Amino acid sequence: MTHVLAAGTNTDSIAVESVFWILAVLSVLAALAMILVPRAVHCALMLAVVMLCLATMYAMQGAPFLAFVQIIVYTGAVLMLFLFVLMLIGISSSDSIVETIKGQRLAAGLVSIGLLILLILGIGHAAIGPDTLSKTAAGTDNLSGIATLIFTTYVFPFEVTGALLITAAVGAMVLAHRERATPRPTQRELAARRVASGHLAPDPPPGVYALHDSADRPALLPDGTTSELSVSSALSPRDPAGEPRFVPADETLEITAESGEWEPAPSGRADS
Amino acid sequence: MTPVHYVALSVILFVIGGVGVLVRRNAIVVFMCIELMLNACNLAFVAFASMHGNLDGQVIAFFVMVVAAAEVVVGLAILMAIYRARRSASVDDANLLKW
Amino acid sequence: MTTVTASAGHALATTVTTVPATGVLKASWLLLAFPLFGALVLLVGGRRTDRWGHLLGVLMPIASFVYGVIIFFTLLGDAHRSQDQHIYNFIQVGGLQVSQGVLIDQLSISFVLLITGVGSLIHIYSIGYMAHDSDRRRFFGYLNLFIAAMLLLVVSDNYLGLYVGWEGVGLASYLLIGFWQFKPTAAVAAKKAFIVNRVGDFGLTLAIFLMFAEFGTLQFPGVFGSVKAGGSGVATALGLLLLLGACGKSAQVPLQSWLLDAMEGPTPVSALIHAATMVTAGVYLLVRSNPILADSPTARLGITVVGAVTLLWGAIIGCAKDDIKKALAGSTMSQIGYMTLGAGLGPAGYVFAIAHLLAHGFFKAGLFLGAGSVMHGMDDEVNMRKYGGLARVMPVTFATFGLGYLAIIGIPPFSGFYTKDGIIEAAWDKGGTSGAILATCALIGAGLTAFYMTRVMLMTWFGKRRWAEKAHPHESPGVMTWPMILLAVGSVGAGAFLIVGQRFENFLGPVTGVPPASHGFFTVPGGIALVLALAGIGLAWVMYGRVPVPAVAPRGNPAVAAARKDLYGDTFNESVLMRPGQWLTRLSVYFDNRGVDGLVNSLAALVGGTSGRVRRLQTGFVRSYALSMFFGAAVLVALLLAVRL
Repeated sequence: MTHVLAAGTNTDSIAVESVFWILAVLSVLAALAMILVPRAVHCALMLAVVMLCLATMYAMQGAPFLAFVQIIVYTGAVLMLFLFVLMLIGISSSDSIVETIKGQRLAAGLVSIGLLILLILGIGHAAIGPDTLSKTAAGTDNLSGIATLIFTTYVFPFEVTGALLITAAVGAMVLAHRERATPRPTQRELAARRVASGHLAPDPPPGVYALHDSADRPALLPDGTTSELSVSSALSPRDPAGEPRFVPADETLEITAESGEWEPAPSGRADS
Repeated sequence: MTPVHYVALSVILFVIGGVGVLVRRNAIVVFMCIELMLNACNLAFVAFASMHGNLDGQVIAFFVMVVAAAEVVVGLAILMAIYRARRSASVDDANLLKW
Repeated sequence: MTTVTASAGHALATTVTTVPATGVLKASWLLLAFPLFGALVLLVGGRRTDRWGHLLGVLMPIASFVYGVIIFFTLLGDAHRSQDQHIYNFIQVGGLQVSQGVLIDQLSISFVLLITGVGSLIHIYSIGYMAHDSDRRRFFGYLNLFIAAMLLLVVSDNYLGLYVGWEGVGLASYLLIGFWQFKPTAAVAAKKAFIVNRVGDFGLTLAIFLMFAEFGTLQFPGVFGSVKAGGSGVATALGLLLLLGACGKSAQVPLQSWLLDAMEGPTPVSALIHAATMVTAGVYLLVRSNPILADSPTARLGITVVGAVTLLWGAIIGCAKDDIKKALAGSTMSQIGYMTLGAGLGPAGYVFAIAHLLAHGFFKAGLFLGAGSVMHGMDDEVNMRKYGGLARVMPVTFATFGLGYLAIIGIPPFSGFYTKDGIIEAAWDKGGTSGAILATCALIGAGLTAFYMTRVMLMTWFGKRRWAEKAHPHESPGVMTWPMILLAVGSVGAGAFLIVGQRFENFLGPVTGVPPASHGFFTVPGGIALVLALAGIGLAWVMYGRVPVPAVAPRGNPAVAAARKDLYGDTFNESVLMRPGQWLTRLSVYFDNRGVDGLVNSLAALVGGTSGRVRRLQTGFVRSYALSMFFGAAVLVALLLAVRL
């Protein structure tokens, strides 16, 4: 495991080392966070962090094509697909911390530590040589090299992977398809249902008649109470009770000259 | 950095991903941990490619990505179908095949 | 053509040459075929043959008898008195060659005439005795089967054929004792007879094995020719084993316990099988094997001891029995003891043993048929305390019974006097301590015989009538009385006919050897025997004739109690043999249930329990399965590393 500088690698080894260590620590922390945070969306975001770190590492190792594919395809497409599905089904569910299977956490921890030790031992004894990127043929860049390999040596797996993709797409369509048990309700039927439910008007949008128009601010009903229907169930409504509100003149407080404390104003008008 | 460091990092990420699969109950999070494991493998492949000096490792990593994408698509579609049927995305709820 | 030399060292050394049969004797297999055919038709034919079954059943032994008489007279006129008609090769396997044939010589023809003659008379008697029984046809089937097996026993020319006949008569005995299957006592008695016989059969089986092992053949000429070369050890072993076999079949001590129970069967069965013929098969075996016994003084001594013990044993039991059939059974046991004693005395005794056997066949069968006639008249009552004064009511039966009685107790000039005295004199002539003891036993036996037989006579035929309320005794019909009359003729004259003028000695001598000296009519032992017999008669008259017979048996002294319990023979068998056997089986069952079954069941329980526990692994949780997969992967990596490092 000697550090040998070869031509073609990044000559600025201090920079490379520091970047590696930063990225390594970051990715490990993100991975740990991913498995520990309770909310699923946070997990997805942590995974995105890990993927981006890995993309950078690919680039550092002389695989730029792979780095971009990682960002574009993996992080950009696959992870976003995860988030879409999360939105559809998992956004409001958060795992409870309590473990239902007895001894699962302990066993998982022990087994993983064991595996970690074994694998570290393994790579410790493996003859992993230094970077030899110089061995790539002169005159070819990474992309051409990969292209050549894909379409010559690995053309058969390539074709098979293509077939796999088509199958996966078709499979996803089949699985996501919902067979309608009843005929699609017409506009007339929808309207009739609406009238029958008694809830004719649309839900109030958030923040109506309120001082603030953020999505998590509940609307105020005519009698001053908040309307729960106005806030999306994914958000938690903010309690408006502690917020500053419009104060009538006779209730305003101002600092008097004498005490320096806030006291009810002698006159009614509030300061702007 | 020598490839050893990258492989060691890949090992750590792989194990963390494995623990995540065992510990988390939300199906989608479990899936994401599996993706983490695949990514760790990709890192190892690329490290070995740079070690050997040819691009075979990178090509394999590329194929892994493609297959992982296809797998995610189908897996999430299945998850959606299960959710629709059972209204729950927890892996522990699918426990009928037991003693 | 083979030669058998009668044993040297005794009086006679004649040679007997067995030639292949000629002329009339070529069809001697007919002797067996007739009764076998009868048995087959009656037993296989079933209820269809019920109406005429008894007639066929009677005809077959008569046919055999007629043929036997023809053979007998042919034999008398022939120079060759030992002829063998080969039937077929029974076994031909390398080392063992057994060919089955019919051996007609003086010994076997005597038995043939006895079996078929007395047998036919008893068959005729059974027509009347079993007239009211719905299973009469089956009875005749079994009787014919018995006759066939017994004939096979006595005419076989090899030990294996003899054994087949031996077993056959055992089977027939079982079937006939347990004829009235619905009676539990009969079924138990049949089983007991069969099992005790089996013990004896074991002895005969071992003897046959030994013969094959030592001599390589089972044919009579082969065995008798080789026995000298075998040495006295082999001869002694053979002799003792044959004695064991004879004890079983002839109800000698120690295998005597079944005979009294065998009286559960119908009376014709008791008469034919357990008096005249089957129980004498043991004596036949010993006499036929005389060349073997000639080489073994030990075996002969054993035989005489057994005979002496049994003749006293049977006599003592017979004194205390109130059941007429059981009293006669005790008498049978005792008389066969005499025959066995005679057979153990060597050539001096063989002739008298067989002569007594033939005479005994007549008078004992006659006595049993008479008892059956009494039972028939008294509504199947067997307790002699319920008899009394029957002489006037059943005169013919009384007469035949009385003649049989005189014959058995040895009053001259009736049969028993000649034959039994011959045995007593042979014992006396043996000399030495053993001779004296044996002769004393025989004489005491003679006295006891007179005592108990007189007791039976007095209790049954004389004295006051002690009948039950509904009893109306009557004489039996002709079909029953004529056989008794014919047998009475035999009882009277058979002994004299055989013994006087050494007629039987000369006839049988070539087969068995001849007694060294012949005595006149009156000898010292004979005189003592007569005196003791008269003393026995007198004592019985004092105890039972002068004094009225109590209706209920009085307690009596310990000797009487012992005699009533068959001298504790059954008790001994039960405590020494049966109970340990039962404990052994119970122990085995216990071990089988707990041990073997426990092992198997615990194995099954182990599997079941383990699976019950192991199946808990299937929790249904994906994460548990994922954990096990992860763990497996870790193990694999460890193994890979372990191999490489």
